[in-house]
Amino acid sequence: MRKLLLLTTVILVGLVFIARLFYLQVYNNSAYTIFEDSAIKPEYNYPKRGYVYDRNGKLLVANQPSYDMMVIPREVVSMDSLKLKEFCLLLNITEKEYHKKLKRATNYSTRLSSPFVPQLSKTDYAVLQEKMQKYEGFYIQKRSLRSYQTTIGANVLGDIGEVNRRIITKQPYYKMGDLIGNQGVEKTYEKTLRGLKGIKFIQKDRFNKNIGPYKDGIYDTLPKPGKDITLTIDSELQAYGELLMKHKRGGIIAIDPQSGEILAMVSGPSYNPNLLVGRDRSKNFTKLYRDTIAKPLFDRGLKAQYPPGSPFKVINALIGLQEGVVETNDKFTCRMGYYYGSRKLTGCHHHRSPVAMNDGIAQSCNAYFVNVYRRIVDKYNDAGKSMNIWANHAKSFGLGNYLNNDLSVGSKGRIPDGDYYDRAYGDNRWGSTYIVSNAIGQGEVEATPIQLANMAAAIGNRGYYYTPHIIKEIEGDTIPSKYTTPKYTTIDKQHFEPVVQGMFDVYNKGTAETLRVPGIEICGKTGTAENFVKIDSVKTQLTDHSIFVAFAPKDNPTIAIAVFVENGYWGSRFAGRMASLMIEKYIKGHITRTDLEKWILTHSLENEYAKPYSGEPFKINGETTLQLIDNYAIKNSNQKDIKQ
Amino acid sequence: MLRENQRRFKFDWLTIILFLLLVSFGYLNILSASHVGEVTSYFDTSQPFGKHLIFIGLTLVLIVLILSFEAKFYERFASIIYIVAILALIGLFVFGKDVNGARSWYGIGSMTIQPSEFAKFATALAVAKYISDLQTNMQTLKDQLRVAGIIFFPALLILLQNDAGSTIVYLAFFFVFYREGLQQIYLVVALSLIILAVLALKFGILATATVALAVLVTRYFLRKKKRASILQYLAVLVVCVGFSYGVKLFYEHVLKPHQQNRISLWLRLEKDPAKLERMKKEEAYNLIQSEQAISSGGWTGKGFLQGTRTTGKFVPEQHTDYIFSTVGEEWGFLGSSLVVLLFVMLIIRVLYLAESQKSQFSRVYGYGVASILFVHFTINTGMVMGLIPTVGIPLPFFSYGGSGLWGFTILLFIFVKLDSNKINEW
Repeated sequence: MRKLLLLTTVILVGLVFIARLFYLQVYNNSAYTIFEDSAIKPEYNYPKRGYVYDRNGKLLVANQPSYDMMVIPREVVSMDSLKLKEFCLLLNITEKEYHKKLKRATNYSTRLSSPFVPQLSKTDYAVLQEKMQKYEGFYIQKRSLRSYQTTIGANVLGDIGEVNRRIITKQPYYKMGDLIGNQGVEKTYEKTLRGLKGIKFIQKDRFNKNIGPYKDGIYDTLPKPGKDITLTIDSELQAYGELLMKHKRGGIIAIDPQSGEILAMVSGPSYNPNLLVGRDRSKNFTKLYRDTIAKPLFDRGLKAQYPPGSPFKVINALIGLQEGVVETNDKFTCRMGYYYGSRKLTGCHHHRSPVAMNDGIAQSCNAYFVNVYRRIVDKYNDAGKSMNIWANHAKSFGLGNYLNNDLSVGSKGRIPDGDYYDRAYGDNRWGSTYIVSNAIGQGEVEATPIQLANMAAAIGNRGYYYTPHIIKEIEGDTIPSKYTTPKYTTIDKQHFEPVVQGMFDVYNKGTAETLRVPGIEICGKTGTAENFVKIDSVKTQLTDHSIFVAFAPKDNPTIAIAVFVENGYWGSRFAGRMASLMIEKYIKGHITRTDLEKWILTHSLENEYAKPYSGEPFKINGETTLQLIDNYAIKNSNQKDIKQ
Repeated sequence: MLRENQRRFKFDWLTIILFLLLVSFGYLNILSASHVGEVTSYFDTSQPFGKHLIFIGLTLVLIVLILSFEAKFYERFASIIYIVAILALIGLFVFGKDVNGARSWYGIGSMTIQPSEFAKFATALAVAKYISDLQTNMQTLKDQLRVAGIIFFPALLILLQNDAGSTIVYLAFFFVFYREGLQQIYLVVALSLIILAVLALKFGILATATVALAVLVTRYFLRKKKRASILQYLAVLVVCVGFSYGVKLFYEHVLKPHQQNRISLWLRLEKDPAKLERMKKEEAYNLIQSEQAISSGGWTGKGFLQGTRTTGKFVPEQHTDYIFSTVGEEWGFLGSSLVVLLFVMLIIRVLYLAESQKSQFSRVYGYGVASILFVHFTINTGMVMGLIPTVGIPLPFFSYGGSGLWGFTILLFIFVKLDSNKINEW
């Protein structure tokens, strides 16, 4: 027995030690990574971010160097008051801010670096650089910021901003203080533009001194520069569109129907993209973000979902023809509206009656389209089935769903089908008369300007479209094939001619007669959409939205456009004028209808937009007067921008 | 000639191989832990690993020297060696040199020698000599006191030189005494006292007293025959409580703050998070770094000279007391388990050989060797892995340092010599 005491103790201790080692090294060793090792410090080398060009090769976005003051809280040595004062003075911050910033960084991590004062100016950097070694725990990280070569296209180009913690946890590529595309193409083409940053692993000793590359640098990587991209945007057209949109709210989308390339993508109100660069970025961003009335960050061209109004009538015409429920020369009477028995289901304006399809479109007759729509819905004695067929046709024009393209935002729009009304009214407890508003693009139908522009492109192409997209070229890469394969609608080609002719007659003899552009055959459709808001929980009607959809030339169109002006009243008043001008600008390169241009530039809707917030009762539509401004002078000063 | 050969091979080669493995693996780790910049030459004597290589070379000379003496020499001169060692320890108070607050070194030129490393084998010899005397009977109190005195002298001197860690090593002789006939009651008492001390510190005196009472009551009722009187039980209880008080007082008033902190961290006594944080920063820095280094090794380690924390010198004293953390980081679970196994095998081998000795002197000495190695190994490795409060003693054969390496080598090889002589002992 006595012999065994030491022997058993030795064996016991050996087992305990091996168990402990197993616990420490195997069980508790949660996948050692080089990034978690405080003995190794990764140093990042940021590549050049790709440049952005417009379709004509004009440089829109370049880079400028920027210097961030970074901090690793663990390594900060507390400074005496004199040194602290000097440091704060150099950084242009107060001592209170210093402690606040340091605390925030410490809360994130004591070991990882956080930005302390981002985006120092070049002069600040020059002064600081010499004195940096005095301040332990702080270092300057060079990055590249965007430098916009233009003042237009903020919604197209987007901006880059610091990543937040949520992004870092989701995408570990990003480290605190890194920049990431926030909106626009910066967001959708983030991976293409940013490239890959290079990493150098530095072996540190316990005093945090560099003692050379880790493992002679076998894990180090070189930065891979970001790729340049060329957008489909025509910056001159874009600038002109933004000029026209001044003092109005709404969106303009222009597409090349033969390729689906987006030529212009205007959202009003807009802002100067340079506001979101540099140290004032967060201040400016907050200002834009907090403007919940004008919503400058809200891309109306892509996201704003409105009832499309009359332009949607052409879809009903096409569906009617495809379903064989109407012939082009079927005539319907219009008694200033459509009557169901003695009940007036929808009103109309004054025009000659009865009308066939051509005049129905040209004069935008509501009664004509209610008749066509009712025939479609009543075709199978099963409203649900008919509506599903109808919705399927409408959706084949890219309506009622996301376009699934390379834009950072979008809305689905809405095309109701049979199930939708079964849910709303109860199974089969509804009929065509319940939903006649859809005939004229009101009611439950909703669409975004880009969907309407795409619809115009599909009509102009007589039955197919390319998914609207904004990428034209990627340096050393091809663009996805989904942008180069046509998508066909469910309408046969021969049905398009009469409808296109009707849209052509909108300009010839219809609602856009006054907007004709000499030398260009434009097909278009006006739209006027009623709209309501809640003011102090009272549903209040506002002035109608002005809508216009067009393409030109009539055969083999090169531009399809949708213009939407909030509260612009009738279609040809604002939107129609703007669409004509845009088409002329794109096809001719200059404006001959200077009368139209002058009218648009001298009329503002700002007072219209102020009405719902004035707190006083106000008048709408025909009872209002337009606000005149001297914007025409601005155009000339803006010429510089446009010509760029 | 034949005879010559037989003589040469009767050394226990397994022990020698284990020794050589430990020393050479130790050298590799010292190299890793102590090199500054690129390793240009393994013989760079301006760096610790180069110096250690010289120490190893001298060790080999020393081994030859030790083995060339007659085995009887060590028994005969045990007392004199012991006295010389004691004198060397006393001499420190006059000629010694302060390093890190401990007065444990003689400075000879640029070299330093630490006599406490040599006092261990001297004491082991003296203990073996005394116990193996025919007159000695370990069952008697008189001899127990005398033999305790033999270890008490060097232990006290070392404690007075502010080297508490090395003092603790002398507790190793308890195993020897127990093997040689010390009554079982000592073992029971010793274990009880350790448990009592831990309980008293961790849960307070009242809880300790309650536990003691519960144990005694249970024992009283379980033992129907030969029951001691209640008075005796009461006396034991009083002693227990008194001892608990003593431990508490000792902890609070005798121990130095850094020693208190080490124990407090080990038993997790501090509850105030702010204070705990400060304590960890002040006292547990080494421990935390060492545990992290070991943990980061994973299954197979980062490879020789590839440990990031070792290269960055994150673990202080890594080539001396904390050398095992280098093994953990660079050689991983496999390498560090191997080191543990090598030590366990060496100790068991020495134990086995000790038991097979015919002379009592050799057996007691062998037991002493095994015990000393065991205590060193347990305390050092346990500390580096965070199982035992921080006690600064080296890992035998592994840690950097000439005195340590030589001390242990002499300790082990005297036994190898004694063992080789067992055929001649009748």
